[in-house]
Amino acid sequence: MATAEKPTKVEQKSDVILKYLRPKKKFPSVWCAGCGNGVVQSAIIRAIDKLGLSKDEIVMVSGIGCTSRMPVYMDFNSLHTTHGRALAFATGVKFARPDMKVIVVTGDGDALAIGGNHFIHACRRNIDITAILINNSIYGMTGGQGSPTTPGGAFSTTTPYGNVEKHFDPCSLAKAAGATFVARGTVYHAAQLEKAIIEGISHKGFSLIEAVSNCHTYFGRLNRRGDAVAMVKNFKEVGVTTAKAKTMNEEELKGKIVIGTLHEDMVKTEFCDEYQKVINARQGGK
Amino acid sequence: MQGNMACVQGAIYAGLHFYAGYPITPSTEIAEGCARELPKLGGKFIQMEDEIASMAAIVGASVAGLKSMTATSGPGYSLMQEGIGYAYITETPCVVVNVQRGGPSTGLPTKISQSDTMQARWGTHGDYTAIALAPSTVGETLTETIRAFNLAERFRTPVTVLLDEVMAHQRELVSIPKKGEIPIIDRIKPTVSPEDFEPFAQTANSVSPMPAYGEGYRYNITGLTHDPMGFATANLKEITWKLDKLRNKIMNYRSEITKLRTAMMDDAEIAIISYGTVSRAALLAVALARKAGVKVGCIQLYTIWPFPEEELQDYCSKVRKVIVAELNMGQMVNEVSRILSPEIEIHKLNRYDGEIITPLQLLEKLEEVM
Repeated sequence: MATAEKPTKVEQKSDVILKYLRPKKKFPSVWCAGCGNGVVQSAIIRAIDKLGLSKDEIVMVSGIGCTSRMPVYMDFNSLHTTHGRALAFATGVKFARPDMKVIVVTGDGDALAIGGNHFIHACRRNIDITAILINNSIYGMTGGQGSPTTPGGAFSTTTPYGNVEKHFDPCSLAKAAGATFVARGTVYHAAQLEKAIIEGISHKGFSLIEAVSNCHTYFGRLNRRGDAVAMVKNFKEVGVTTAKAKTMNEEELKGKIVIGTLHEDMVKTEFCDEYQKVINARQGGK
Repeated sequence: MQGNMACVQGAIYAGLHFYAGYPITPSTEIAEGCARELPKLGGKFIQMEDEIASMAAIVGASVAGLKSMTATSGPGYSLMQEGIGYAYITETPCVVVNVQRGGPSTGLPTKISQSDTMQARWGTHGDYTAIALAPSTVGETLTETIRAFNLAERFRTPVTVLLDEVMAHQRELVSIPKKGEIPIIDRIKPTVSPEDFEPFAQTANSVSPMPAYGEGYRYNITGLTHDPMGFATANLKEITWKLDKLRNKIMNYRSEITKLRTAMMDDAEIAIISYGTVSRAALLAVALARKAGVKVGCIQLYTIWPFPEEELQDYCSKVRKVIVAELNMGQMVNEVSRILSPEIEIHKLNRYDGEIITPLQLLEKLEEVM
């Protein structure tokens, strides 16, 4: 019965995940059952494993919120910081140690509301940080308040009569601010998300990967979108690839989520590299 | 050289390799000096988008292993308080220079003040123990900045250097110490294996060894109240332990931190207590008053936090009266009243119009209280 001892595909996959989780950290996580954060975390781990990076060279930085708890569970150098400031802390880490891979995990509230200024300036500098923004269109940890990505008309505990504000598109914002790699995925399209993360980490410069996710506990419940399964199924239905999106007009694209690489700039110089040139010139010029 | 440049020179002497900051009067020359000097030494300078980000960046650089600093003035210091609190709870060494101006709010950007004395102690929310230093000359700005780095590294904590607009911009002769003349302290690195490493372990002196990211000790840093492993805790004993550790690592070693200077206190019946720029006027006032036969001395505080209670009680044991002179509406005077014997008369001399306290004003005050 040699075949019985061989691990199944699922077991092999979970072995990869377990390899990167913190052995001494007590699980379960703070996330609700069915939360998309777990899917994104798995995609990050598989991406790092496939890239063959050592755990020691990775610094995972986060701010505050449900998403921001993620680094704590993973066996890397982890920095769980203050609300909105993850990219500013990460800038300090990366600039001090350009040889390390700095990955920021953040949420829509963390990155785009309180951290909006740091977000656009990290993009502008084109510092070699990979930011993974899990966008669930609501504040989960504090109990379902409206965020900068809550769509107009949507319900939250602070928009009880429907949201009267407009929402951000994080990818357009990042591109306009100067990020040199921008991609989007959803928690349904996990394999594509993994690929986007691999490309983002490999890219030299600031990369943003938006992972559209489900908060069925608040957004789903308040907006009658159903449970986790229903919300994830919906991502399957509304997700269209960039290639397909090119064949669609504006009307057809309404309500769709375009997934894939949205922007890539291989020409723009990276911040730490440019500063190193200044150091070299000053030290050489002496 | 200018006071702000003396601060830069002191920081470099102490091993500064990372500066993040945002322009603000009257501190900007510190950022400009670091932008010019650091790349020559292989160090890094970055102008961040605001003071919140500056504080965050220097904490990030410090956990990545570099000695780091930022400089600002009152409004920026207010914004930095969030990150300073993070540095307290995560026990991250770094130096924050506050070149004080009058406040509140935008206040008096180009005028002198000492109105952040209490902000340096209680600026961020929660319970913690602060270290803050206050030099009074350009030369002392250099040496006290070195001391700030040493204390930050020794105690794994942010240290504030309180300068003021006059000191920042006045020029005085300064001798830069030779290499090795002033000892430099570096944070202690762990010697145990990564498997046995507890990042916030209780040690004999409450200061835990600190590796840099990338050295093989993959550990968690969080602003949540945490256990010795660096993971958030709700355990009542661990919460108390953590807060006690933040206090004890400083308060049990106050003698290493406290620094005062006295002049003519041996037979003094009146003491002038001051810090920062005001101390210069106090020294001159005391010298002049002594010529007129007045038994007055002065006590200058270089370490203002932790407050040097025992030392002040000791120095003031024989005086009948004290004058606390400050460029604010009266901040340190409350600390002095709290700790001195009720038999000692406490007087205060305050100025908060953006001008310095002169020796003449001190002499007038002396006459009034005699």
